Amino acid sequence: MPGFAIAVGVLIAGLLLAFTVGRYPVGLGDLVSVLFAKITGQKPDVSAAVESVILQVRGPRVLAAVLVGAALAVAGTAFQGLFRNPLVSPDILGASSGAALGAVLGIYLALGVFAIQLFAFIGGLAAVIAVYVIGSAVRSRDPILVLVLTGVVIGSLLGAGVGLVKYLADPYNQLPAMTFWLLGSLAATTVSDLLPLLGPVFLGTAVLLALRWRMNVMSLPDEEARALGVATGPLRIIIVAAATLVTSASVAAAGIIGWVGLVVPHLARSLVGPDFARLLPTAAILGGGFLLLIDTLARTMAQVEIPLGILTAVIGTPFFIWLLTSVQKTWS
Amino acid sequence: MILEGRNLTIGYADRVVGTGLDVTLGKGEVLALLGPNGGGKTTLLKTLLGLLAPKAGEVRLDGRPLSARSIQERARLMAYVPQSHAATFAFTVETVVLMGRTAHGNLFSGYTEQDRAVVRAVLDRFGISQLASRPYTMISGGERQLALLARALAQEPHFIVLDEPTASLDFGNQGKVMREIRALAASGHGVLFTTHDPNQALRYANRAMLLRDGSRVGEGPVEQILTRSGLEALYRTEVEEIVGASNEGRAFLPH
Repeated sequence: MPGFAIAVGVLIAGLLLAFTVGRYPVGLGDLVSVLFAKITGQKPDVSAAVESVILQVRGPRVLAAVLVGAALAVAGTAFQGLFRNPLVSPDILGASSGAALGAVLGIYLALGVFAIQLFAFIGGLAAVIAVYVIGSAVRSRDPILVLVLTGVVIGSLLGAGVGLVKYLADPYNQLPAMTFWLLGSLAATTVSDLLPLLGPVFLGTAVLLALRWRMNVMSLPDEEARALGVATGPLRIIIVAAATLVTSASVAAAGIIGWVGLVVPHLARSLVGPDFARLLPTAAILGGGFLLLIDTLARTMAQVEIPLGILTAVIGTPFFIWLLTSVQKTWS
Repeated sequence: MILEGRNLTIGYADRVVGTGLDVTLGKGEVLALLGPNGGGKTTLLKTLLGLLAPKAGEVRLDGRPLSARSIQERARLMAYVPQSHAATFAFTVETVVLMGRTAHGNLFSGYTEQDRAVVRAVLDRFGISQLASRPYTMISGGERQLALLARALAQEPHFIVLDEPTASLDFGNQGKVMREIRALAASGHGVLFTTHDPNQALRYANRAMLLRDGSRVGEGPVEQILTRSGLEALYRTEVEEIVGASNEGRAFLPH
């Protein structure tokens, strides 16, 4: 399958660029010898500075970018299938803004990393449930439009909540942390930040990947899916919970990085088609590579780091407009 | 093996659509469900499929209540062909038909070589093998209906329930789909379908059931039930009957 190979190619290109490019350039040979030495347990024949850049500075950040990118892409793909709508994404359904409010509250209350992540998860899950319940309670000929509008409305309410917490926060200590974090960044990623991210992202992604065969049926109208032998009620809850878990964990670790969950599933679909059995793994790999490339761009294109959320928005907005105008007839 | 509904009261959470309904469907026979819009045809269909719980009475499949069978078990015994619709995602026809194999695997299983063989066989049966790799969204309405029939057959069910299988099909495709439905009964399946065309029921069904305002107003062999006076009472309109020259073959026209 050439589409999958392209996704893997993007990821490999992202990995090579992310390790070698930057204020402290690292040669390809140095990278190989450090990684080889790490695996075999020998002492690498490069300077300690190069080794530290690769293993301590860039390593965790690269891993975080791949994980967060893959998580957001898989969650977006799952949400699009579940809501039978190629325009939904974790941001539009309120998962990101709910998780943001939870995480900002966690920072405000000066909680630890794990508690912040738990807050982010509860906030994200509550927001998605609220959007879904309100959206399906409104009877309309265009339920998808209602769902998207509900997401926008709930999102703005949650945004007001985030604003309130920022207003109340300590302006010297907490506020800069919140602002920086809300714009999305992987700059501060260290090995200790990675651990709380690893568990939920692996768990949620593994659940979604394991269910990828059933995801096709879940994208059919509810009665059809049940007539095919799928208990849609419980399965929908499991998928929403898993997708919200990975989104919330990503938000808690890297802040708000919008658009990845919308753009990457579409790119993946254009590579391998809509069959979720192939689409989900491709989206995961492509998402990792995509965010890695964006993150490398974010830290190298200017003197100061550009927040990730800003870069993804600059790419995502025109993409969304193009999507609205051109792909209306058939979703491929 | 029979599918039967006994003394069913059907409807939704906030309203009752029909009461006192008895339905029996055996293997190898075709039952047509006729009646005016809003008479309860689709609601009865969904109740028999177990997609909607009856408000009273019981649906039994092979002697056991439907409610005592798992959703997966039901899908291995009976299949549902919805009105063809535009799909959200451009799955290939093969992927659509493979979804019919869902109930034969577990929650995490992919498709086996046997699943693919079944799918090849049903595509071949309906003469749409050449469409296997085409997107479901890019084929004609008639082809889409055949793909949904193929998906139902891939479930390897005993009963197949179809909701207006010829709605929005052109004249030629209506005949093709109805002939396939007839052939399903010939191969031992029990078939139930709803239709707005009494002539279809007359030609392709063994029995007909007439539903008006949620009550059964007639049931029996099509030659006996589908008469001019019967249809006039069912649809509350004048009906013209056309009889073939040698007094064989009949058709009805609404006035």
